[in-house]
Amino acid sequence: MSERTLFIDGSRCIGCQACVQACAECDTHRGRPMIHLETIRRRDSVQTAPQVCMHCEDPICARVCPADAIKKTSDGVVQSSLKPRCIGCSNCVLACPFGVPKYFAEIDQMMKCDLCYDRTSVGKMPMCATVCPSGAITFATPEEIGRTRKGTPVNRWHFGREEVRTKVYAMAPPGRDLIQVTTGRTPTDRTDVAAMLEPESLLNRHL
Amino acid sequence: MSEMASERRDRSGGLTDVANAFVWGSIAAGLLTAGIYFGSRGFKDFDTALIPYAGGSVLAAFGLGYRYAMWLRRPPTRLYWRRGWQTFLDPRRLAGNLVHLLGLFWRNFIAQSFIERRSPLRWAAHACLFWGCILAAAVTFPLSFGWIRFETPPNSQDSYIAYVFGVRLFEFPLDGIAAMLIFNVLVISAVLVLAGVFLALWRRVRDRGALAVQQFANDLVPLILLFAISITGLLLTVSARFLHGFHYGFLSQLHAATVILTLLYLPFGKFFHIFQRPAQLGFKFYRRAAAEGEPARCIRCGEIFGCGLHISDLKRVEAELGIRYELETGSHYQDVCPPCRRKNLALVQDRLWRDARQGE
Repeated sequence: MSERTLFIDGSRCIGCQACVQACAECDTHRGRPMIHLETIRRRDSVQTAPQVCMHCEDPICARVCPADAIKKTSDGVVQSSLKPRCIGCSNCVLACPFGVPKYFAEIDQMMKCDLCYDRTSVGKMPMCATVCPSGAITFATPEEIGRTRKGTPVNRWHFGREEVRTKVYAMAPPGRDLIQVTTGRTPTDRTDVAAMLEPESLLNRHL
Repeated sequence: MSEMASERRDRSGGLTDVANAFVWGSIAAGLLTAGIYFGSRGFKDFDTALIPYAGGSVLAAFGLGYRYAMWLRRPPTRLYWRRGWQTFLDPRRLAGNLVHLLGLFWRNFIAQSFIERRSPLRWAAHACLFWGCILAAAVTFPLSFGWIRFETPPNSQDSYIAYVFGVRLFEFPLDGIAAMLIFNVLVISAVLVLAGVFLALWRRVRDRGALAVQQFANDLVPLILLFAISITGLLLTVSARFLHGFHYGFLSQLHAATVILTLLYLPFGKFFHIFQRPAQLGFKFYRRAAAEGEPARCIRCGEIFGCGLHISDLKRVEAELGIRYELETGSHYQDVCPPCRRKNLALVQDRLWRDARQGE
């Protein structure tokens, strides 16, 4: 049996925020959720998508870190920055192709999803996968996923000419072995009603 | 270029790095040796009983020079280190930078308030270790290098004269408070370090987050070394004062061994952050200067997500590292803000499914 890892299927996400709440319970970053739950096009749809650290085989966050503060464990989990070393430069935040690391100015440190290392290192599931009611985040073996899902797990990504391979998989249509990431310009949504209901300081950012 | 040629180039680059680091290590060791020679007035004030400590320090200086040079070979480290100095020494900013430096020094090195915000217990442990080590280093290194020495005056046995670099500094009576503090400064520092070690261990055995990610070599060995130095140092005092020198010779050798082991560990383990961390100050100046320039706007949503200088420097670093974020459209993935990257990833995957359904 292969080892278990995370499989992300954005199409199953119902935006319930359970993963966000559970993530904050993780002992390695208590009180701070590391998962991102994005609302994609609030005006047009209710689509949401979770984004955890994909735990790259050759993490770009670690490569661009001037303090050499980001390390990967022998089991392929990319950890939060080492507290004594991190200088809070945000290079990792800006360079990560998946937009995962978070910089916390008050503690001057970058933190990120570490696959709930306190749990997964002793054979338990990550918090997000434990509570996800729709299977958008699943912690399983590739065999289990193959038996139960229609799509194909993919862990090869192209960002421009950069190929990134990850420990975490995303679910893609059958026959795919690569996700080519392209970008399109999306103007700021000026008639976003939800944004208008937010406090003025936040509203200014939207307009 | 063939793979073999590329490998040859990498290997020669690696060798150049090692040779370069070796030179910097030798320079650091040479400078310290010269400092010991001149500071002790041609070894006149050098205490030969402390040779092992001085020798260990010279080896540590070599290791630190070597490691620092290797660290600076990394493209991001080299760039921000240089940028930090450029920004700090910019004549237009120098006066303001010096004032800002005082504030940074207070917040980051004296108060260490960022550690307190991470965890008060971590802060307390770190503060005890930090001040204990600073105090001990301020006394033991100059003593071992022959930079300070104490002598009784020719006409009295009741006081000591302190000399620094051979220059008479002050005289103090042996029964005064100054003498008590000076003679016990290493006891005070050992007690501080021991308190810090116990607080750190208390946290490490109770904090489930720390328990999950801590490593013996990286997180526990430094505490063990500090404990060993402090406890053997305290035992020397106990032996001399209360046990009539019981096993003093053995204890002093054991203490020297723990100190030298720690000195040799300085460049390789967690203690290297003592020398690495000041780089943080350089980056703070750089970030302040970058924030005054053009902001970086996301090419997808148009929002500001950083400083233009920082993003363009990051692109340079990525190019040096061989990270190829250039997109087919002629734009650069580095110009997409992190929230847009996450949203875009969801949309890209959606598109794949939509295309697959349309193809069915």
